[in-house]
Amino acid sequence: MAMLNFEKKYRVRGGTLLGGDLFDFWVGPFYVGFFGVTTLIFTVLGVSMIAYGTAMDHVWNLFQINIAPPDLKYGLGLAPLKQGGIWQIVTVCALGAFGSWALREVEICRKLGIGYHVPIAFGFAIFAYTVLVVFRPVLMGAWGYGFPYGILSHLDWVSNTGYQYLHFHYNPAHMLAITFFFTNCLALAMHGAVIVSAANPRRGVKVRQTEYEDWFFRDVVGYSIGTLGIHRLGMFLAVSAAFWSAMCILISGPFWTKGWPEWWNWWLNLPIWR
Amino acid sequence: MKTTALLLGGVATALIGTALIFTPGWNLHRVHTVQTGFRGLSVGEMSTVKTDALRKAANALPDAIDPAEAGGKKATEVYKNVQVLTDLSAAQLDRVMLGFAAWVGGENGCNTCHNPDNLADDTPYQKRVARTMIKMTRHINKDWQPHVLQTGVTCYTCHRGQPVPNGVWFNEAPMTKGAATNNRGMGHPAAAANGYTAMQTVPFSGILDGKDPVRFQQTKALVEGPGPSIQTTEKSYSLMMAISYGLGVNCTYCHSSRAFYSWSEGNPLRVNAWQGINLVRDLNANFMAPLQAEWPKERLGPTGDGPKLYCMTCHQGAPKPLLGAQLAKDWTELGGVAAK
Repeated sequence: MAMLNFEKKYRVRGGTLLGGDLFDFWVGPFYVGFFGVTTLIFTVLGVSMIAYGTAMDHVWNLFQINIAPPDLKYGLGLAPLKQGGIWQIVTVCALGAFGSWALREVEICRKLGIGYHVPIAFGFAIFAYTVLVVFRPVLMGAWGYGFPYGILSHLDWVSNTGYQYLHFHYNPAHMLAITFFFTNCLALAMHGAVIVSAANPRRGVKVRQTEYEDWFFRDVVGYSIGTLGIHRLGMFLAVSAAFWSAMCILISGPFWTKGWPEWWNWWLNLPIWR
Repeated sequence: MKTTALLLGGVATALIGTALIFTPGWNLHRVHTVQTGFRGLSVGEMSTVKTDALRKAANALPDAIDPAEAGGKKATEVYKNVQVLTDLSAAQLDRVMLGFAAWVGGENGCNTCHNPDNLADDTPYQKRVARTMIKMTRHINKDWQPHVLQTGVTCYTCHRGQPVPNGVWFNEAPMTKGAATNNRGMGHPAAAANGYTAMQTVPFSGILDGKDPVRFQQTKALVEGPGPSIQTTEKSYSLMMAISYGLGVNCTYCHSSRAFYSWSEGNPLRVNAWQGINLVRDLNANFMAPLQAEWPKERLGPTGDGPKLYCMTCHQGAPKPLLGAQLAKDWTELGGVAAK
């Protein structure tokens, strides 16, 4: 792949966290680095294990792939390969791959001399995954509490887990997470729309500058958060969505075993109207 | 602007944080789950040492009473005005009465149902109701083994020592003023009856004292034509909440939540629950409803109807009433199936 003429000045040596100059090069547009290599190894191994488990189940439909965690009886121990052991290996690979990818992002940030905002934001997604398959299972005492890897099977897990607490929409952290997800959608859609409307006008019309974007929102809602501010807000909303998602499942089970509607009794029992 | 926003944000965070952290009822014990399906499906019942202890305490068993001879003089020969227990010997009748006093007598013992000056007197309404209750107990033990199996029931299964068992229900009085007049019975958390949700407060009427259907979920991916109303379907969900609290189980005890309607994907225990719903319908229609004229005012609901039964009445928050203790096998007098 051809390199753009200005691209060279961003391809600087160093800034690596591990391995010095080892793997400090690009393949086409992609920076490799030590953590790029570990990402690749974990990914290949993990995906192969999924393919292996799927082949053993004689499943050839993408939607029916199901790499399920061990039975609860194995607790926090290792399970036989065909009874959840593959899930355990895949989980280690996934954590390794996600972590490596985040560290590769850190190295790129260091090369460019920019902040660590991207790996931090990605870190919240990794945190949410880790809560699901490590922290919550450890708190509850069995790997079997993790979710299965499969398109339909993980949806069954989500549904059943929700109904184990009768009505999951009453989970306060779930409420916050959903609110952040929707607000994030709204903010991204409005931001994307205003950029496209100003920067991509019809043929023959000049591109409008940022002040037009500000004016639009000042006219509509009386306030524009600004060009930098919208990205801060976007990061806050997205990261909060991931964080509260992690919280809502972390408290379900380890810290709450009843129906979630019952949690709101504190509200019903406020001395104001009790 | 900035200060106000920070202040508002801080206050909101503090309020939410306080609510989240200091809410009573957080569990700090190790959770134990009985896995009831394939691994990774997340189906099963959760418990902790605390919930186990509470459940055990709530299901303490009554003292056993020595068996009585079936032979000897008949009860009808010794006592006056015996109308239901006519097949028992006098010794058996004495034994049954001892049981009743302990199981349903409450503080007044025998005098809950009997006039102490004349045991044959039919004036106390409790005594007249008790006759129906005895018939009902025998009916359950004999004709409802699809639900109660050989475990059976005695008075204690529901009454737990009290004249009026926990978990009976009445029809709801319609709201007459304010915004609540058109809330269709929704929006008021009613403890076990609707699982503290905003769904129907009394999800039983028409279903458990009539023949209204329970199952409304669409079985097709695309809905054809207008289906049942939100209120009707939420009533079913509310009823399921009542069943859940009545049995102390979550939805996955019977259902595969992917397809609640599906018998083949759910737990076979759902068949027992279906039998249970039919049992409750039978009892409400054929034993509770005919008692309507017997109840004094203080036993009636806000619309003047008598008490009716649902799952909670027997189960009292346990998957098996009294945690599956087989009391009825020692009480063939009440139709219990004797142990072999």
